[in-house]
Amino acid sequence: MAKSIPSARPNIPSARPNQLFRNLNSKIASIPMIFVALVIFLGGSVWTVVYSFTNSRLLPRLSFVGLDQYERLWASSRWIISIQNLAIYGVLSLIFSMVIGFVLAALMDQKIRFENVFRTIFLYPFALSFIVTGLVWQWLLNPEYGVQHIVRGFGWEGFVFNPLYDADLVIYGILIAGLWQGTGLVMCLMLAGLRGIDEDIWKAARVDGIPMWRTYLFIVIPMMRPVFITTLVIIGSGIVKLYDLVVAQTSGGPGNASEVPAKYVYDYMFQAQNLGQGFAASTMMLLTVAIIIVPWAYLEFGGRKRV
Amino acid sequence: MTDLSTFSPASTDSKYSVSVRDLTLSFGSLTVLGNLNLDIHDGEFLVLLGSSGCGKSTLLNCIAGLLEPTDGQIFINGRNVTWEEPKDRGIGMVFQSYALYPQMTVEKNLSFGLRVAGMPKEDIAKRVARAAAILQIEPLLQRKPAALSGGQRQRVAIGRALVRDVDVFLFDEPLSNLDAKLRSELRVEIKRLHQQLKNTMIYVTHDQIEALTLADRIAIMKSGVIQQLDDPVTIYNRPNNLFVAGFIGSPSMNFLRGDLVEEGGRIVFQTGGVSFSLDGYNASEPLTVGAKVVLGVRPEHIKVDRDVVGGEVHEAIVDIEEPMGADNLLWLKYAGQTMSVRIGGERRYKVGSKVKLGFDMTMASVFDAETETRL
Amino acid sequence: MSNVSSPNTAVAGAAPIKTSLSDGPRGRRPKRMLSRRNIMLYGILGVAALYYLLPLYVMVVTSLKGMPEIRLGNIFAPPMEITFEPWVKAWAEACTGLNCDGLSRGFWNSVRILIPSVVVSIAVASVSGYALANWRFKGSELFFSILIIGAFIPYQVMIYPIVIVLRNMGIYGTLTGLIVVHTIFGMPILTLLFRNYFASLPEELFKAARIDGAGFWQIYSRIMLPMALPIFVVAMILQVTGIWNDFLFGVVFTRPDTYPMTVQLNNIVNSVQGVKEYNVNMAATLLTGAVPLIVYFVSGRLFVRGIAAGAVKG
Repeated sequence: MAKSIPSARPNIPSARPNQLFRNLNSKIASIPMIFVALVIFLGGSVWTVVYSFTNSRLLPRLSFVGLDQYERLWASSRWIISIQNLAIYGVLSLIFSMVIGFVLAALMDQKIRFENVFRTIFLYPFALSFIVTGLVWQWLLNPEYGVQHIVRGFGWEGFVFNPLYDADLVIYGILIAGLWQGTGLVMCLMLAGLRGIDEDIWKAARVDGIPMWRTYLFIVIPMMRPVFITTLVIIGSGIVKLYDLVVAQTSGGPGNASEVPAKYVYDYMFQAQNLGQGFAASTMMLLTVAIIIVPWAYLEFGGRKRV
Repeated sequence: MTDLSTFSPASTDSKYSVSVRDLTLSFGSLTVLGNLNLDIHDGEFLVLLGSSGCGKSTLLNCIAGLLEPTDGQIFINGRNVTWEEPKDRGIGMVFQSYALYPQMTVEKNLSFGLRVAGMPKEDIAKRVARAAAILQIEPLLQRKPAALSGGQRQRVAIGRALVRDVDVFLFDEPLSNLDAKLRSELRVEIKRLHQQLKNTMIYVTHDQIEALTLADRIAIMKSGVIQQLDDPVTIYNRPNNLFVAGFIGSPSMNFLRGDLVEEGGRIVFQTGGVSFSLDGYNASEPLTVGAKVVLGVRPEHIKVDRDVVGGEVHEAIVDIEEPMGADNLLWLKYAGQTMSVRIGGERRYKVGSKVKLGFDMTMASVFDAETETRL
Repeated sequence: MSNVSSPNTAVAGAAPIKTSLSDGPRGRRPKRMLSRRNIMLYGILGVAALYYLLPLYVMVVTSLKGMPEIRLGNIFAPPMEITFEPWVKAWAEACTGLNCDGLSRGFWNSVRILIPSVVVSIAVASVSGYALANWRFKGSELFFSILIIGAFIPYQVMIYPIVIVLRNMGIYGTLTGLIVVHTIFGMPILTLLFRNYFASLPEELFKAARIDGAGFWQIYSRIMLPMALPIFVVAMILQVTGIWNDFLFGVVFTRPDTYPMTVQLNNIVNSVQGVKEYNVNMAATLLTGAVPLIVYFVSGRLFVRGIAAGAVKG
């Protein structure tokens, strides 16, 4: 055995030949993915950030003006309103969709009859577009014919429920529609999480005589931490993109009371032909998402990089 | 220089069916296989045995060409196949999960590789028919894998290797997914297949019974290193080191830790105030007085009561009795240590009773306590 | 005194007792359907279901009423006189700007956008996912990570660079351009979906195919593809609803005569000119929502699996 080793030894190459062409088909097949990841996602984002420091108007130009666009952005009352709206919508939408979604999921998890029927009902709005959602709720909240009209019809003449035409309330009107569309998804995710919990936990809690609400609060919810975080990230990144719903439901009105950042970006890029403002605003959106995603990614993947 | 080197291995290694030279495989800083050498004779049944994570499947995958070694070479039939595609290496492989293509019938499963290679239809049909006849799966040819039992599936998986008409068969834990009864049946069949075909077979398993029954030679692996490469009898009776001794055999070999001391001009083994004469022990290295050693004796190599004829007699107390039908296993307390002894199933003992023991030193092993190698 | 107990003992003695059962609970514990717990449970679920169903109901009844009835009555009342006039009008006559040929144009535009976009995006993503799962190469995981992180970047950040790229390629504003955009933004989720699915298939199957001599494309088309049908259906559901419901890309990347249905719907309903015809609006809304709703109701559990796939982190 030992004799043949020396003769074999020189045959071992120091480097493999044509490293680039090994697994070539796989590399060819991955070109679209690599293109999208590097050129569009990475390149596009960097491009936008870079051009947000220019005074591009109708066409992108590389004449840098420092932070001018950002100063103008934060001086704009429309942008401030957009940010406020997004904050209100975001916080409330997170809280309500989590709570409603979890409660519905917990109720669905009680071995109920017609579970499929209930799930179908709760989830169907999610199949609809934000445009359809916005238009339906625009109609339901219509002061002349909608909910307000009905309640007044019952004899309560002074009843006022007119969120879409009230600058202070309009964002809540959008919130109602948003929750209607999105809570079904949260319910589904939570239900999947609940179903993933070991049956024996429930048996143990029952044998130990722990009341159900306590089991949920102190045992099940902590166990579902990953599900909650995932849901949070999904809803969170969806909130930042909020655009279609506002366009359909209020077009940003009354006045500009229901403006949101995504709409600000679109309007400045494609209507007002002030690209620099659009880029600056979209960079702020990117920053917002980064603030949500980075801590999550750190928690989720930071400890066990490259498994 | 280069000319010489490319030609010489082929000539020197031609007597081996498969040769692994200085094989190293590492993932980043983790080295799974380090400088591993292994030569397998033509027609040999070699079993790679070890617990999970020891690198035995990794080695097999390297031989198959499914994993790329970091360094080293692999020869099959004298040809350097280190950079060859799996299909060009002249191997067939059988997997633990059978890995049958679920959407194809048994026939299509068997012929897939041949069809990919563009073999003429008549030849394919001949090969499939032959493999099906050998494995007696003709009635199953038109079925899908889902309609087969576990044993039938594994037979088809073996058939897929058969149709390739290759010299080397690789088995990756092929019986682990089967229940105990089927496992022993298929074990016999694989042995019969090997006797019939006389191909080289490399067989990975963690089951020592499979290894002992099937192998011409067993390579016991631990942490990517071959601990011992020998025929089953040698492995069982003369283990190279403490790991091999403890790994093979069930229940495990009894290990007594103690010292070698001089007593009446002879070297004896002493532990817990008791000394054992080492008469009859066939030492591979000279025993030195004062060395710390481990004495290993298999449960069936300790004689009890009426079987003790002559020699040194020790006395122990029965702690637990485990009747197993054909055998009866006694767990004894002796010299402050626990020992197991195998006796005939008809001989029963009460817990707490005293038994006389005689140690068969010709079958025992002595290991250095420090290096854990056989002395 | 001893006689007093005799009737009992006599009976007991006469019939030798085999098994004795005391009076306590026996057999199955009785359950009442109308327990307080059940009333609460189904009560809450019922109210919630009503909230979710109400908008759909209002859409349907409004679209079946005439305008006079809408002006008089309440939106929840069922129509006194059912009319399909609004549906016909929404489909064939409703106006956007100067065009008055109804939503049908948007519908057909959406179909023309949908079919190639779904096919191309799934084809590209399934091959990428397959390469990632089975044929990793140096850097492939890194590109994939960037792709997944990219899924969280707001579209607004990347939209303008894409406009420039498409304009330079000469396909800005064309159907091809929009297909490219949908393929790009479908990439992260679909690639993740396929990568995870292919990775979940037994690796030994792939190894066996390699021993059999099959290459990259052969393993894809002859081994993986036939096994991946369920995940293709999931991907299709995801893409059909996603692309049909898209608004932003439609607005940015198409011209008015190729606007998809959602954009046209919004223009019809939110147009400021003319009298508001709520029944026509609701019929148009329902028509636009019909395709994803049908997909949803037909696909059932697979739809849930599709959206759950969005939640799975690879």
